[in-house]
Amino acid sequence: MRTLKFLLQKEFRQIFRNKSLLRMLFMVPIVQLIILPQAANFTVKNINIAFVDLDHSTYSQQLINKVLSSGYFKLAASTPDYKAAYELIEKDKADIVVEIPHDFERNLETEGTQKLSVSVNAINGVKASVGSGYLTSIIQDYNNNIRVNWIQPSKINQLPTIEVVASNWYNPTLSYYLFMVPGILVLLVTLIGGNMTSQNIVREKEMGTIEQINVTPIKKYHFILGKLIPFWVLGILLFTLGLLIARVVYGIVPLGSVALLYLFVSVYLVTIMGFGLLISTYSETPMQATSLTFFFVQIFNLMGGLFTPIDSMPAWAKVITDVIPISYFIKVMRMIVIKGSHFQDILPHILIVLLMGVVLNTWAIINYRKTT
Amino acid sequence: METVIKTKDLTKKFGDFVAVDKITFEVHKGEIFGFLGANGAGKTTAMRMLCGLSRPTSGEAMVAGIDVYHKPEEIKKNIGYMSQKFSLYEDLTVLENIKFYAGIYGLSDKDIKEKSDELVEKLGLQSQVKKLVQGLPLGWRQKLAFSVAIVHQPKIVFLDEPTGGVDPSTRKQFWDMIYDASEKGITIFVTTHYLDEAEYCDRICIMVDGKIKALDTPSQLKQNYKVNNITEVFYQLARTAKRGDD
Repeated sequence: MRTLKFLLQKEFRQIFRNKSLLRMLFMVPIVQLIILPQAANFTVKNINIAFVDLDHSTYSQQLINKVLSSGYFKLAASTPDYKAAYELIEKDKADIVVEIPHDFERNLETEGTQKLSVSVNAINGVKASVGSGYLTSIIQDYNNNIRVNWIQPSKINQLPTIEVVASNWYNPTLSYYLFMVPGILVLLVTLIGGNMTSQNIVREKEMGTIEQINVTPIKKYHFILGKLIPFWVLGILLFTLGLLIARVVYGIVPLGSVALLYLFVSVYLVTIMGFGLLISTYSETPMQATSLTFFFVQIFNLMGGLFTPIDSMPAWAKVITDVIPISYFIKVMRMIVIKGSHFQDILPHILIVLLMGVVLNTWAIINYRKTT
Repeated sequence: METVIKTKDLTKKFGDFVAVDKITFEVHKGEIFGFLGANGAGKTTAMRMLCGLSRPTSGEAMVAGIDVYHKPEEIKKNIGYMSQKFSLYEDLTVLENIKFYAGIYGLSDKDIKEKSDELVEKLGLQSQVKKLVQGLPLGWRQKLAFSVAIVHQPKIVFLDEPTGGVDPSTRKQFWDMIYDASEKGITIFVTTHYLDEAEYCDRICIMVDGKIKALDTPSQLKQNYKVNNITEVFYQLARTAKRGDD
């Protein structure tokens, strides 16, 4: 225990003297949590739309107004024919072209049916699919309005339609921030927690001080605890800072218990720092550690379920998400913050992450050799 | 005479490369034992095996009466070590470094206080105690590193090229400190390639290509090779080396 006291004293002194580390620790989360969620937004806006109105009728004008007033679309141009509109797509000036045929109004009135042509530029797949989705629902709505105008309320509706109204549970307004901000915080805790630990130990290797430690009778687990505890404390601080930013800047208040969040993050930090430790035992220089970390961070980023739902990944990819700890943290974070889940709901996740932590840390302790 | 280090056919191989080739020698208590050799002769590897940092491939070695194979961690309680690579924490102050190492070697608070006061005074570092080690000149750092390496009164201290890059007058002071420690009964095991320093040792061992080529007191060696100084002895032996610098 006494040895540990001296090790902790040393680590904390070094951390508080390392100005660049402290700056990274506090500036990175502030900048990332404030800037990233504002910019990396899935809500598709500013879709450039071009109309080819061959009808020039009241109805066609109504449709165009309805589309433009939705707020998602920007009028790129109104062109006299489809060819001109197609050129706009080629030049990337338009994302969607809507062609309103001749006799649009007349056919609607006389025959009760009419076709519209919608062409979508699918180079940006997200914009295209989301954009055409919006457009479809706007046209549907327009269609319903016309029917209501025609059919007298007293008459029996001869053509029954099914109207689908979705009510969004847990995130009723589909707030994008509520979805993203907790996720980004998870990513930050992972990155900084794992990276700080590995860089710190590799630095001792590079300076040669680790050799001096290896020649003392220090126990391996003392040394490793001496590294883990200070960074665990910093990780908790970082997480707290992140929660504060989420509350102050985005007004996100966890629906579930904050204590439960801290319980999970406490376990998670041990696991992710074990991962950092493991990297450090396999690296001789900070450069090697950085490259290794970078490789894994990419996987964490794209497969952790932060940006894309895990449920829609192929089966082999799901296996990967099952073994990366970050996917559990993202799940639990959203469960507690958005859904207000309870201890029993997240217990399986805590146990899995704890098991991973035991495995990673044991592996790291075994692989850290005082005698080579 | 009490023997504190004893090896027999101690060998270390890295793949096909035999870094240390069946070395056999003994070191007595309180002795200043010099290990000489060109770069790549195997000095550091031999020393690392004795410190429990590197596991021997074959052969036997006992350090402070403890077997290096079975209880390398036991050995570590009984030895001090100072490597050619600077081994203090540069972002800690002079006093913090002393207290840290004294602490992890298990000294009591009272001993730590006494030891660090004594050490600071002896080194004349009173005005520097609150300074970070990175601001200290190399000579001071090496003297401090040596003092820290023996802060726990080890039976043996291993010094791996301790005076590399240090100016002659500081080297002289450094050797005074070595003599001091030796008088207190600490056995000194030192590697160097400053041949003048070899003359300060009680006995020296010259390694060439991983093997021991000569082992005796400096005066006896000069007599055997019929030369006036150790430099000549070394050149005669080193000429046979096949390994280049690594």
